Amino acid sequence: MTTATRPSAKNAHGSRKAGAQYSTFFVGDLFFGIDVLSVQEVLRFQPMTCVPLAPGVIEGLINLRGQIVTAIDMRRRLGLPPRPTGVYPMNMVVRTEDSAVSLLVDEIGDVIEVEGTALEPPPANMASEARELIRGVYQMKDRLLLVLDTERTVELGVGVHAHQVT
Amino acid sequence: MTEQDIIREFLIESTENLNRLDQEIVQLEQRPNDKELLASVFRTFHTIKGTCGFLGFGILERVTHHAENILSRLRSGDLRLSPPLVALILQSLDAARKMLAAIESTGTEGTDEFADLVQRLESAATAAVTEAAAAPPDSSPVEAEKASAAADTAIRVDVGLLDKLMNLVGELVLARNQVLQFTTQKEDGALNATSQRLNLITTELQENVMKTRMQPIGVVWNKLPRLVRDVSHACGKQVRLELDGSGTELDKTIIQAIRDPLTHLVRNCCDHGIETPEERARIGKTPQGVVSLRAYHEGGQVNIEISDDGAGIDAERVKQKAIEKGLCTPEQAGRLSEREALNLIFVPGFSLAQKVTNVSGRGVGMDVVKSNIEKIGGLVDVVSRVAEGTTVKLKIPLTLAIIPGLVITSSTERFVIPQVSLLELIRLDGASAGKIEHVHGTPVYRRRGTLLPVAYLNGILGLQPPAASEAVNIVVLQAEDRQFGLVVDGINDTQEIVVKPLGKQLKGLTIYAGATIMGDGRVALILDALGIGQRSGVLAEHRDEERAESQKKAHSTAEKQRLLLFRAGSFERLAVPLSLVSRLEEFPQSVIERAGGSPVVQYRGGILALLSLAKVLEPDAPDDAMDRDPAQVIVFQDGERSLGLVVDQINDIVEDAVTVRRQSGRHGLLGSAVVGKHVADFLDLHTVLGTAGGDWFAGAAGGARRGTVLLAEPAAFARGLLHSELQMAGYQVIEAAGAAEAISRLEQGGIDVVIVAEDLPRAGSQEVLDAVRRRPGSERIPLLALASGPVQGRPAGSEPFDDCQSKFDREAMLRSLERLAAALEHENPVVAAARSEK
Repeated sequence: MTTATRPSAKNAHGSRKAGAQYSTFFVGDLFFGIDVLSVQEVLRFQPMTCVPLAPGVIEGLINLRGQIVTAIDMRRRLGLPPRPTGVYPMNMVVRTEDSAVSLLVDEIGDVIEVEGTALEPPPANMASEARELIRGVYQMKDRLLLVLDTERTVELGVGVHAHQVT
Repeated sequence: MTEQDIIREFLIESTENLNRLDQEIVQLEQRPNDKELLASVFRTFHTIKGTCGFLGFGILERVTHHAENILSRLRSGDLRLSPPLVALILQSLDAARKMLAAIESTGTEGTDEFADLVQRLESAATAAVTEAAAAPPDSSPVEAEKASAAADTAIRVDVGLLDKLMNLVGELVLARNQVLQFTTQKEDGALNATSQRLNLITTELQENVMKTRMQPIGVVWNKLPRLVRDVSHACGKQVRLELDGSGTELDKTIIQAIRDPLTHLVRNCCDHGIETPEERARIGKTPQGVVSLRAYHEGGQVNIEISDDGAGIDAERVKQKAIEKGLCTPEQAGRLSEREALNLIFVPGFSLAQKVTNVSGRGVGMDVVKSNIEKIGGLVDVVSRVAEGTTVKLKIPLTLAIIPGLVITSSTERFVIPQVSLLELIRLDGASAGKIEHVHGTPVYRRRGTLLPVAYLNGILGLQPPAASEAVNIVVLQAEDRQFGLVVDGINDTQEIVVKPLGKQLKGLTIYAGATIMGDGRVALILDALGIGQRSGVLAEHRDEERAESQKKAHSTAEKQRLLLFRAGSFERLAVPLSLVSRLEEFPQSVIERAGGSPVVQYRGGILALLSLAKVLEPDAPDDAMDRDPAQVIVFQDGERSLGLVVDQINDIVEDAVTVRRQSGRHGLLGSAVVGKHVADFLDLHTVLGTAGGDWFAGAAGGARRGTVLLAEPAAFARGLLHSELQMAGYQVIEAAGAAEAISRLEQGGIDVVIVAEDLPRAGSQEVLDAVRRRPGSERIPLLALASGPVQGRPAGSEPFDDCQSKFDREAMLRSLERLAAALEHENPVVAAARSEK
């Protein structure tokens, strides 16, 4: 595969052909990818203003060159245990319909080009908090790449409450 | 503004409109069936025509008028768009351009009457399509390239771009601050001089960029002299207009927002306020009435006063009228103070005019004036004396973007309080006289003889109080008409801050009005006085009773509903319509079992799943509702399905009209409303029950058993309530917020009944009606209209809809719906016949 078709931000749902590029990152032992075109930038840990009374997944607000960006802690968003103290997360700033949102992740990976493999639905037995936010799974050689649905991730009505019910 | 200025503005606007028309008409040729595009072209022509007539450009008006006629016939489907017709319309555009150029250079439209063009336009509008084709091809393209030069001296800039500039300047200021900090540590003369210069330039740049958004209020006032002249002539009155303070500057967005309300108020003064010359002479006034407008800055706000020396408003007559209109009962009216009575003129549907003239009774009403002003954070008040005149006072914020604010600290966090809601600062030293006292557990402070309720900011926000300090700082805030004290840990200084909105994830938090970036580059949250007051209970408890009372009166047209009030988590007053509730139960802990990891009870021969409401609303807060013994449960049932919602406490059942106050962005809540003098949050049952399992409503029992309803309702709050009600009654509901959405959804098919709110914006209900009736296959779908007010008075059969019910009368709505659905099924001949007549 030599000529990679430029993926547009819109051809999202599953129908993605080979050649899509993903910005990858780690949260806990999970390996995620986001369409590279929806990633605005990646930043080191930034000083943050906490928002009292906000939902727990919101870590705070950061000043991104004059723009106020909400930071969402991906560990809490996915229902994972908190980061060990002293370890600072990275900011992955993604564009969403509403505004830019920063996802706090453990570590940033490479930009990966996925070719030839098909996007499969997430395993049914996955924890529901995480499964709701995942668009699908690519089988890579050595690990699984989970494609994150950013719109659902920043929509705090989704998934956050699911574990209360089942 | 002189006549010259008005014409100049007209030229700029028209040139812009003509350029847009060029594009749109060409697009229209490619997509002749695009209704929206056609409507837009029509509107633009209409605008130009209207302004020409206003300015007395007869030929231009004639040309555009005839072109508009053609478009109107295209719109109604009498004509079909053909290439010759397009050419003809474009020719009239060119002619219009030529005239504009002439107006600009000579001040007149020129000598060319365009009689030939007018004649062809006229015949095209009346004749059949083919005849229009007989028109000769384009008669030499008029010099379109000679575009209006007036448009060149000013450019229009997107406000978004200005915002961006302001952001960049803000960043520059931060960078400058850092540079200045460095240079003070260095002993370098040249560097110091340079940085001083940088400092000055940055400050000046910042001021000027802010100015780009400001416009003098004169921009709006300029149109008033003409308006006053025309209106007073039309009513046979003599009116002099006095303008004072037209240089007062306001933010561009605010200027736009007050344009219509101001026009309406001035028109009202002339039409209703000022008496006829004879009448004035009889009571010893000068024959010429005076309408005066005054604008001035005061305390970070702009005050605009619109006064007339006319007949004034008789509070007694207002009361009488309100009783006649059923807005309040005679007893209620008797209790109203004069000021309250006068404020009734802002209630929707209220008009004092004896007859509707062509001057008033159109455009925006007083209720719209009020809501438009309140939308931008302003206040409206009216003072009137019979036979002496009326003054309407508007208090409007200077800008929505930059506001002065007080920086305070709570625990280690900084917050900003907008100066507008700030009344005074009180510092209590250990030794000094005052201190905070407690009345039945509620902290209060004696301020000059009155008791001021007090709240602690770090308590409200759940922050750690700092180590005990000697002094207590109270910030006295004003929210709506109430005052309260907020104890903060430290008071820093006042600053001009740039307000930035919060992301949608935080929209539900009403205690914040936004955020801003401080001098050191960190983000600080802006507190909302009203939200803080409600959150702390200071306002909820002492809520202005008068206000709630008059709210109730104002909305007494809304049908009363029985509501269940209860408490869950930190939400003290939650409400749900009682009609949706199946039963209220108490379950002792001993009967609660667990199945599949979630709590259940055996209930009436089945298994009832329990769900803690607090967990849904506040997933991260600790919740002990489930551990209470006995657990308080609200049971919802739909056919075979049932769910028990566990709450902390069931408080009350009240009967009241629901008056929507504000919508909520919070998961599981529709919004807040005043219920029995206090604010209550309305539960979004649709979402909450959906949490219990995605298929709660879609299941076999509740599913499409009774058909699918398309619900077109503009207000999200009402839509949510209606959605829940319909679902509980067994309908499948598809929501639409506007006419366009409803129509597009309709085209996907599968709709059995359409419910449309009469107050869809821009005559949307009519649009939906037309779409349903015109579209093949859907003409039999019954339409139920929902009125915002009562429907008893309306004569049966007068509606173009199949039925019309009040939005708040759930029973009548469901009955009507059932009837319509049944009629559709059996093709009731009466209904079918009635429908085909329309």
